Amino acid sequence: MQNILEWFSLHEQYIYIVVLMIFLGIEVIGRVPAVLHTPLMSGANAIHGVVIIGAIIVMGKADTSNYLALALGFLAVVLGTLNVVGGFVVTDRMLEMFKKKK
Amino acid sequence: MEISILTICYLVGSISFILGLKMLSNPAKARTGNRIAALGMTIAILATIFLYRDEEGNRLHNHAWIFGGLLIGGIIGTLAAKKVKMTAMPEMVSLFNGMGGACAALISIVEYDHLVKPALKVLSYAEQNDTEFSFSIDLSTMPVIILGLIIGSISFAGSIIAWGKLNGKIKDFSFPGQHIANLTLLAIILALGVWLWFDPIAAPRFYLIFALAILYGVMFVLPIGGADMPVVISLLNSFTGVAAACGGFLYNNKAMLTGGILVGAAGTLLTILMCKAMNRSLKNVLIGSFGGASNGG
Repeated sequence: MQNILEWFSLHEQYIYIVVLMIFLGIEVIGRVPAVLHTPLMSGANAIHGVVIIGAIIVMGKADTSNYLALALGFLAVVLGTLNVVGGFVVTDRMLEMFKKKK
Repeated sequence: MEISILTICYLVGSISFILGLKMLSNPAKARTGNRIAALGMTIAILATIFLYRDEEGNRLHNHAWIFGGLLIGGIIGTLAAKKVKMTAMPEMVSLFNGMGGACAALISIVEYDHLVKPALKVLSYAEQNDTEFSFSIDLSTMPVIILGLIIGSISFAGSIIAWGKLNGKIKDFSFPGQHIANLTLLAIILALGVWLWFDPIAAPRFYLIFALAILYGVMFVLPIGGADMPVVISLLNSFTGVAAACGGFLYNNKAMLTGGILVGAAGTLLTILMCKAMNRSLKNVLIGSFGGASNGG
């Protein structure tokens, strides 16, 4: 119990951000038309690729002698980049198609 | 000085994510929105590589590895995204989403290893020499490591199954009582996770949670019909968002936190909106397969 309370007070700022972002996320896409559902999903998919920052930090902090961390970190960077780059490019292609149809 | 610039870069990144998402829900501005978000992401990534310092003020090293990874991922990602047929795009999104989930899970694995290694060393030394031992490690990050592992793994396995289903490689599969079996599995995972939180020096349990979460991801998506896949992908998309946000807690990184939670919340709402557009309820999509299975015989 003590642990949990401590954790909350330690991360107070972050908990505020989480709560505000939940409301903002809901508010920001609230009026999306049905045609844009798939591109929006794809765009959001690219945005959560921000997890790549974590992968870069893991990789950049790994000891040069710690092969497990190096290998897993490298894999994480590759996968994270796939998520980011692939996500944005696919979204762009979808929206391009959308424009042509119009 | 450099740290302040890094902070500003992350702020710019976060704002670009919010703006990008906002514009993506407007037909006239969607493409610009996507590009703004991509630009913000690039700024955040480059700033991390060159300006990040850890708590002791050390810079990141292994730059060759980082750029190698970025290059490989970037080339494969661009080619895959450019070559994919228009009709196969949803499955591509699912695959990329799975990559993000796997990335989050890998981060948790490395950080757990990093966290408990000193303690394990002290333990084994004490056992060999039959002496008293004591160690102190900072366990405040344990809950987010466990959560990131669980959510990331579920999202990874589920997305791969969804991808396989959409391109026809994996067939629907369900058995009676699967819903209850899945819920039991999820309860076991969560219980193991809480146990690990309070007693963290147990590597086998950590990897057991990892394996069970992968299994749950597979079991969760397998029974859901192919036509409902876009809804499931959207749901898994918001899962990965939350997993990314766990990384934000882990590294005190506000760009990861805002980006992750934003996608988590927007993705959940989008899932519900997609269900409504298809005249289904989310509950129906997730457990409707059982009715379908029993009707089919």
